[in-house]
Amino acid sequence: MTYLAKPRLHHPKLPANKLGYTRRDYEGTVSTLCAGCGHDSISAAIVQACFELDLPPHRIAKLSGIGCSSKTPTYFLGNSHGFNSVHGRMPSVLTGANLANRELVYMGVSGDGDSASIGFGQFAHAIRRGVNMVYVVMNNGVYGLTKGQFSATADKGSKSKRGVMNVDESVDMVGVALLLGATFVARSFSGDKEQLVPLLEAAILHEGAAFIDVISPCVAFNNHEGSTKSFDYVREHNEAVNRLDFMPPRAEITTQYEPGAVSEVVQHDGSVIRLRKLADDYDPHDRIAAMTYMQERQAAGEVVTGLLYVDPQPEDLHRNLNTVPVPLNQLGERELVPGAAALEQLNASLR
Amino acid sequence: MSQPTTKASVNDFVVKFANVNGSGSASANNLFAKSILRMGIPVACRNIFPSNIQGLPTWYEVRVSEAGWLGRRGGVDLMVAMNPQTWDKDVASIDSGGYLFYDSSKPLPASKFRDDVTVIGMPITEICNKAYTDARQRQLFKNILYIGALSALLGIDPIEVEKLIGEEFRAKEKLIVPNVKAFLLGRDWAVANLADVDMRLKLERSGKVGDRIFIDGNSAAALGAIYGGATVCAWYPITPSTSVAEAYARYCKKLRTDPETGKARYAIVQAEDELASIGIVIGAGWNGARAFTCTSGPGISLMQEFLGLAYFAEIPSVVMNVQRGGPSTGMPTRTQQADILACAYASHGDTKHVLLFPQDPHESFEMSATAFDLADRLQTPVFLMLDLDIGMNDWVTQPLTWDDSRHLDRGKVMTREELDAGKEFGRYLDVDNDGIPYRTYPGTHPTRGAYFTRGTTKDRYARYSEEGPIYVDNMQRLLQKFETAKALVPRPVRTDAERQTQFGVIFFGSTAPAMAEALEGLREQDIHVNTLRLRAFPFDNDVDDFIADHAQVFVIEQNRDGQMRMLLVNECGVDPTKLISVLNYDGTPITARFITREIAEKVGVLKPIPLKKKVAR
Repeated sequence: MTYLAKPRLHHPKLPANKLGYTRRDYEGTVSTLCAGCGHDSISAAIVQACFELDLPPHRIAKLSGIGCSSKTPTYFLGNSHGFNSVHGRMPSVLTGANLANRELVYMGVSGDGDSASIGFGQFAHAIRRGVNMVYVVMNNGVYGLTKGQFSATADKGSKSKRGVMNVDESVDMVGVALLLGATFVARSFSGDKEQLVPLLEAAILHEGAAFIDVISPCVAFNNHEGSTKSFDYVREHNEAVNRLDFMPPRAEITTQYEPGAVSEVVQHDGSVIRLRKLADDYDPHDRIAAMTYMQERQAAGEVVTGLLYVDPQPEDLHRNLNTVPVPLNQLGERELVPGAAALEQLNASLR
Repeated sequence: MSQPTTKASVNDFVVKFANVNGSGSASANNLFAKSILRMGIPVACRNIFPSNIQGLPTWYEVRVSEAGWLGRRGGVDLMVAMNPQTWDKDVASIDSGGYLFYDSSKPLPASKFRDDVTVIGMPITEICNKAYTDARQRQLFKNILYIGALSALLGIDPIEVEKLIGEEFRAKEKLIVPNVKAFLLGRDWAVANLADVDMRLKLERSGKVGDRIFIDGNSAAALGAIYGGATVCAWYPITPSTSVAEAYARYCKKLRTDPETGKARYAIVQAEDELASIGIVIGAGWNGARAFTCTSGPGISLMQEFLGLAYFAEIPSVVMNVQRGGPSTGMPTRTQQADILACAYASHGDTKHVLLFPQDPHESFEMSATAFDLADRLQTPVFLMLDLDIGMNDWVTQPLTWDDSRHLDRGKVMTREELDAGKEFGRYLDVDNDGIPYRTYPGTHPTRGAYFTRGTTKDRYARYSEEGPIYVDNMQRLLQKFETAKALVPRPVRTDAERQTQFGVIFFGSTAPAMAEALEGLREQDIHVNTLRLRAFPFDNDVDDFIADHAQVFVIEQNRDGQMRMLLVNECGVDPTKLISVLNYDGTPITARFITREIAEKVGVLKPIPLKKKVAR
């Protein structure tokens, strides 16, 4: 693989957002993933979400681990700093970055191998700590770069391309995220942009640990019959509990809905998530009920998608550590170095 | 028992306490040491403890030295034997002519004692059982009781002890009176019953401590991190480094809390493991905050992959390694200098890292603050190589100093203004010909200066490339950067003997105080050596010169394999036969006697060809 530059030729009539940026300003280099890879659709959804939210591209930091999914930060947000770290360790690097500067938007991009196997611990602990981030797992149930081994999210009983049956239990990342206190938990499908883009937007403006599990079929190694992560399988078994429209703070709300069919979630920053209910009995404010619902549906073979849980007033790591509002990386010597006089006092107390 | 004879020793002896872990002896023994210090007499204390909460043997050694020797001398003049488990070994370890102080509540057979040692019995348990009814008090006050007796025997000023008890329990005032009472109970008993003991170990008020302070290296290093501007600390509990993070938290609360809002100008995360700790440090360093982790050998092993990333992606990070006995879990509560190679060449592939070797808590503070400047300047991991001896023992050390005109060196960071002005930015572009490129903090500029950080190979503009020449170009620049580091790290300290000599000694870290005393021991035997105390890796030319100046150079280390010697051979390209290892690695801090004996023996054997003759040939 070599570096591929994208032609800088712009369409003259590309629409611009409020900041005057076009969608191209949120794109990265040309993808080197396989044609038709679900991950590319997720990258495109991230581009669209950031464009629609009018985010200054340089105020986003994108971090990843290792694997096909972790390569994608090269393919979106080319004007943002990116960090392709080591396998399974994106969560800790992101946590550190977040501690250093609380003002940026942190986008953690990972895969099922990166987060459910080698990085399972780091995934769990970053969620536990409530790091303010969007944690996207591009979940295809398979190791792509090493050519087709099962990952830990592959369903028990699903078949590999070579016909081998997976006999291990699968890791349900949504279940784990719910259990460990993520304050925004969603699942989506790379083939459903209408659902994914507003989920990403809501997650970006969510001021806590937001986790999105995106089923993203691997066209090269996991898109065959017998796979439970193929395009066909997910389309057939996708059971969305809700559809959503996302309105950033102060946006004019124009769409009309039938009464009783929608509920609104107002997040801490004033943004509004308008949920159109699809499952009558589903309440995304009830963590315990959400866990039960997910387990029941999963046992019935369904892939539940949508906004599964949200706490509109989340806590986050900085709040829990009671850090100053100014980013730590901007504190100057006056705020950091106590000086000679203070040290002399300390010396005196040590004699 | 026959009376052994030794000459009186004023302010110069070794007292060792043998206790049971968890019996409350630590604070009593500390009280003993500190009261001597308050009399103006230098002491060097070493806690030799097990990896255990309660029940296993623990020792506390107090070296009293008017001359100011702060290393371990070796040997014991007075053994306070309070642990039946280790009795035989403890009694055997007393120097001939020394003293054995013990709890004589239960009679012991004569075979348990030695003829050449003065035995001082005190029925401590009996006295305590008589004086106290509470079981906990009976146990705890035993320790204070023997301190009272020792104060009478050795001549500790009781006023100093009482003052210290007052300071210790300032927050729990009702404990002051009972503790002072117990102290006086022991003291009075000794005055009444031990008057005829021929005690030749004596303490006399002196003024040799000066303005020096009493602090452990881990606390000093934590303070150094605060003065060095560190705002992020990520760590995982591991002996003997845990107290670095704890001290950082304690001092930050005091020194880094916004006085108006009460909010923290720091962030401390107790991570899930050492991998996450270093990951957090690297993430914060990448994002422009000064960050560190503190760990020990097993943690260093776990951090290897990330350390390679920080080296290759060039991310400032500081690792404080409080070394303990390895390999594997090794001797978790014993000291060694055995991670030198594991740190110097940490991670797979070709890597080299900057190491700093403080000799005491004073330098731990100084080098800790410096480590953050070096990490930012060099954009690479910097290791502060402490060890358990410096880190966890209270040392008499020079006061910590800070020059208010000193500024934090944030290194080469390109600003928004510079980017606006059109300054060329390439993350790995060597503009100044020192191998150090410029970096930008994330979020600096809307359209310029963003780059992609990765552990894979890249060109000067941070673009992925597996082209051979591009890879080599980058690796060569990293080497050049390491050359640049030579001029930036603390220089070694050379001390020449009064007489010309062909023998040199290289040492570093916690060996320093024992080495200083050993030099005197060697002089007494008419052995003269020049010394070089290493303070950092990479080595600068002074090290090569020092080795070249001597026919034989002893390298004193606290590990089995002579790791520093290997590093010297490897990096300075010297003839390996020139460097002779002197190695202490049993887990206890090196002693002056050991160094003196080893060098004296080896010098006797070596009888080197005089340099001039060698040159003439």
